[in-house]
Parts: sequence; structure tokens; C-alpha cells
Amino acid sequence: MPFQSTVGDYATVATLETFGFLPPMTQEEIYDQIAYIIAQGWSPVIEHVHPSGSMQTYWSYWKLPFFGEKDLNLIVSELEACHRAYPDHHVRMIGYDAYTQSQGTAFVVFQGR
Amino acid sequence: MSKKYDAGVKEYRDTYWTPDYVPLDTDLLACFKCTGQEGVPKEEVAAAVAAESSTGTWSTVWSELLTDLEFYKGRCYRIEDVPGDKESFYAFIAYPLDLFEEGSITNVLTSLVGNVFGFKALRHLRLEDIRFPMAFIKTCGGPPNGIVVERDRLNKYGRPLLGCTIKPKLGLSGKNYGRVVYECLRGGLDLTKDDENINSQPFQRWRERFEFVAEAVKLAQQETGEIKGHYLNCTATTPEEMYERAEFAKELGQPIIMHDYITGGFTANTGLANWCRKNGMLLHIHRAMHAVIDRHPKHGIHFRVLAKCLRLSGGDQLHTGTVVGKLEGDRQTTLGYIDNLRESFVPEDRTRGNFFDQDWGSMPGVFAVASGGIHVWHMPALLAIFGDDSCLQFGGGTHGHPWGSAAGAAANRVALEACVKARNAGREIEKESRDILLEAAKHSPELAIALETWKEIKFEFDTVDKLDVQG
Repeated sequence: MPFQSTVGDYATVATLETFGFLPPMTQEEIYDQIAYIIAQGWSPVIEHVHPSGSMQTYWSYWKLPFFGEKDLNLIVSELEACHRAYPDHHVRMIGYDAYTQSQGTAFVVFQGR
Repeated sequence: MSKKYDAGVKEYRDTYWTPDYVPLDTDLLACFKCTGQEGVPKEEVAAAVAAESSTGTWSTVWSELLTDLEFYKGRCYRIEDVPGDKESFYAFIAYPLDLFEEGSITNVLTSLVGNVFGFKALRHLRLEDIRFPMAFIKTCGGPPNGIVVERDRLNKYGRPLLGCTIKPKLGLSGKNYGRVVYECLRGGLDLTKDDENINSQPFQRWRERFEFVAEAVKLAQQETGEIKGHYLNCTATTPEEMYERAEFAKELGQPIIMHDYITGGFTANTGLANWCRKNGMLLHIHRAMHAVIDRHPKHGIHFRVLAKCLRLSGGDQLHTGTVVGKLEGDRQTTLGYIDNLRESFVPEDRTRGNFFDQDWGSMPGVFAVASGGIHVWHMPALLAIFGDDSCLQFGGGTHGHPWGSAAGAAANRVALEACVKARNAGREIEKESRDILLEAAKHSPELAIALETWKEIKFEFDTVDKLDVQG
């Protein structure tokens, strides 16, 4: 097969797991994802870490898991508070499922640098 | 009460057809679809199946009076019509727990699908389902890690795992093979897979493959910042060689190995699963040869039985077909057996082909693997059918991308995440599949090209084996 000028170059990108391949979400899209976590009956958890530690199993909790919290606005304000306190850190949102003892979902909301 | 010995051929139904019997919680229950020779009464056929798969033999023998066969015999306790089929019927048989060695799937199958399948009074026989009693389940090791632990080890949450098989499946040198692994993983796949045909052939010996693959996995992990893995196939000529390969994968720091459980056999599989549990290794299971056994609607073993057997024998991921791709399998039936791989309790539901309530207790779950003839356009349907606890594997759909495997991998990853995001936001992903994918492609030239490449490919053949329901 001769070289085709239509072939593009795929450059490797560093990503942060789920939703890492999508463009940054708008505020409304982030609200939708948090609403999903609440609707599943999962507990919202906020974690953060300096980018140099992003592959660690444990990131730092922001406060404690928000067990049973159903107020979307409160979760959003906590995410923002965490981001203000650690502006250079990755901040991720987790939906924690106590029944399976697993994370129903987890995605990065603010990327540190 | 003692019996007298009376030599001669006995009618099975006198002993093994017991319609008044109420099965015990500890009984192993089986449902067979029976098709007898013409003129043989159903009760006689059903009783013969119960007899030949448990304590019976064709003749009365003196030595059976040395024991109390009432305690050990299998009993046919119910006969049911097969909807829409006049020549076949279902026989439900209860087997006492003591007929089986603890934790031995091999032993269960040797009895239930042994000599009885060659029995001349039968034209066809198919084992449709088994209800394993909790007392037996508790003697099995099961998945070495299970879904929850696998997610924690791989750090993947809230979405299916994404993988692909390395192609061409045969003929690459170790170094070239490692290159393809590296391309897929750097492009955004979580896992790649040895083709089941790859063991240790002259063109690529296993040790060479393992070393190059380990380097590819490590490099992709460093560059992407995500955890990666490759199913190193440890299926081998002998158990000793299988363990040698598994040990070497562990030495290389690899997270997951692979076994082909039907060609390799249940004894080998259970042994390897035990090794994995002991060594913190994930285990991916392929199912070559299954279609020989499970595809004919009237003869063989239904895959739901083979899937249940695998969950007990041990594996963290099992191939289940794709429903939408190039391989056999209808949607309801597939949902029926993937429930049995993943849930802790599965109720009887004939619309999904499940003949019994099945309580799995604390047995960990197995990831359902969808692989074979699938591409990006299938993504919304695959997510809707299989849910998050699955591994979606696109072979041709990754390597066939005009820019190569890395771009193909990225296209699939973008499509998957777009579908998950849309589902979570409350959109109907199957109905809106086209819009969701085209929107996502605006931000991903790799996806746009993939959508163009595979837009015409469909595999619309009718399934051969359908659920027995009145249509």
C-alpha cells in the first residue's frame, strides 16, 4: 500500500481516566453528571491531588465523603471550594456506592497544572 | 427395609420418575430439553435421563443393594412442554448434593453431560440450565478477584472497560506484536488481548511475546498516566507449562493473564484461577469451542450453563458474545446469562431463558466481555445492552482505522465516553445514537474517520438458537 497523504498522526495524550477523551465539560454538563450520581443513590465524594501524584491509588479527600447528600448546589459549591483551596490540584468527583463498596463513577472536574 | 435382588432389565420410570418429589435446597437442579425416539413415553425418557446422569445403569445389578440408592439417585420431578415444539419437552431433575465432589465443576459435568448424551432412547438432549445450591457454591473458589477488585486494581470506574484483540491473530514476531499492543494502549484502550490462537508457536514463542508486551504496557502507562494491561494467554500444552507462563507474567509485573476454559478444560481452569487468587493476578477467560456445544437448539449444553460453570470455576472476565456483532446470540438470552455472571441473585425468568432462581451468595461477579465484529456505530447499543460492568473489545474496529491502531483506539474511547456521558445525562442512547456519535466526532477527527469507515457494515443474520417462546 503506497503512503497516503490522508493518514494523520495520532499523538499520545496524557489523560485522567473516565471522560479524559472528551473536551472539558460545561458547567451544565457537570451538573448533569452530579445529578446522575445523586439519582443513583450514590454518595458524592470529592478528592484532589497534585498532578505529580495522579497515578496514586489514594488522592486526598476534600473534607469527608458527603454521605447521603442530595443537594446538587451544595456539591457544586464544595467542588468550587476545593478548587479554590488547591488551585494547582486535580479535583475529581466520585459517586460512591456503599452496597458494592466501589465507585459507581469518577471523573475529573478541574485539572491542575 | 431390605430389598430382594431381582435380575433383569428394569423400567427406569419405576425408580427415577417421582412427580411428587419436592426438591431440597441442597439439591442440584437441572433442566434438560429432551427429544426422545418416536414412541417412547416422555416419563420413560425423562426417567432414563435422570438415571443415566446419576446412579443408574441399564440393568439391575446386585451391588446396588449394598447401598441405599434412594439416598443417591437423581429424580425427575417435573415434565413441561416446550412452547411451540411438539416433539421435545423439558425434564427437571434433582440431584442429591452428595453425588458431587466439593468445588469440582469437572465432576458435575461428567455426571450431567456424560454418557447420558449418547443414550440411544434419545434423539437429542440439551442441558438448558443448572440451579447450583448454595451448599455447592460455597465449596467453589469462583472469580479470583471479581468485578469490584478488578476495577480497584485498574482504576476504571463509571464505564465499561475498553479493549481489543491484537491482529493479525497469527504470524507476528514478538517485537512486532508488542508494537501493536503499544499503539492500542497509547491510543486510549485499557486492555489488549492475545488472540486465543496465540500460545507459543514457532513464529513467536511465549517468552518473547511476554517480554515485549510487558515493555509496551509499561511505556503506554507512563505516557498516558492511566493503568494498562494485556491479557497474556497462558493456555498451554500441559498444566506445568501453564503455571510457568503465569509465574513469568507475574515476574514481569503484569496485571492480567488469560485462559481458554473449554479447550483447556475445567480442571486446568480451576487450578489457574486458584493460582491467580493466590498471586493477585486478574484472569481473562476465552471460550473457544463453546459454539460446538451450545449452538444447536436441541442438543448440547446451553451457554448459560457454561457461563455459570465458569463463574464457579473462576475467571474475572468471560466472553459472552455481542448481540449486535458478527457472532450468534440474541438479546434476551444474553441478558439472562450476563445476569448470572454479575448479580448476586438471579430470579427465574423464562423470557430471559433462566429456568431457576439462582442465588450466588457472596460469589464475586465476572465482567461480561463483548467481542467480535463490532465497531463504533455499535457503541450506544453495546452500552445499553451490557452496562458498565463489561469489557467492550473492538479488534477490526481498532486496527482497521485508516490512521492505524492508536487512532482507532482513540475513536472508540471518545465514542464510549460520549455514550456514557449522554446516558448519565438522561438521553436515550440507542434512539439518539447517531446524534450522540456525530456530536462527539466534532471534537475528534479520529472518531469522524472511524464513523465514515464503518458506516455500511452490518451483520444482520437471524439467530439460529432462539428462546423457546410462543411467537
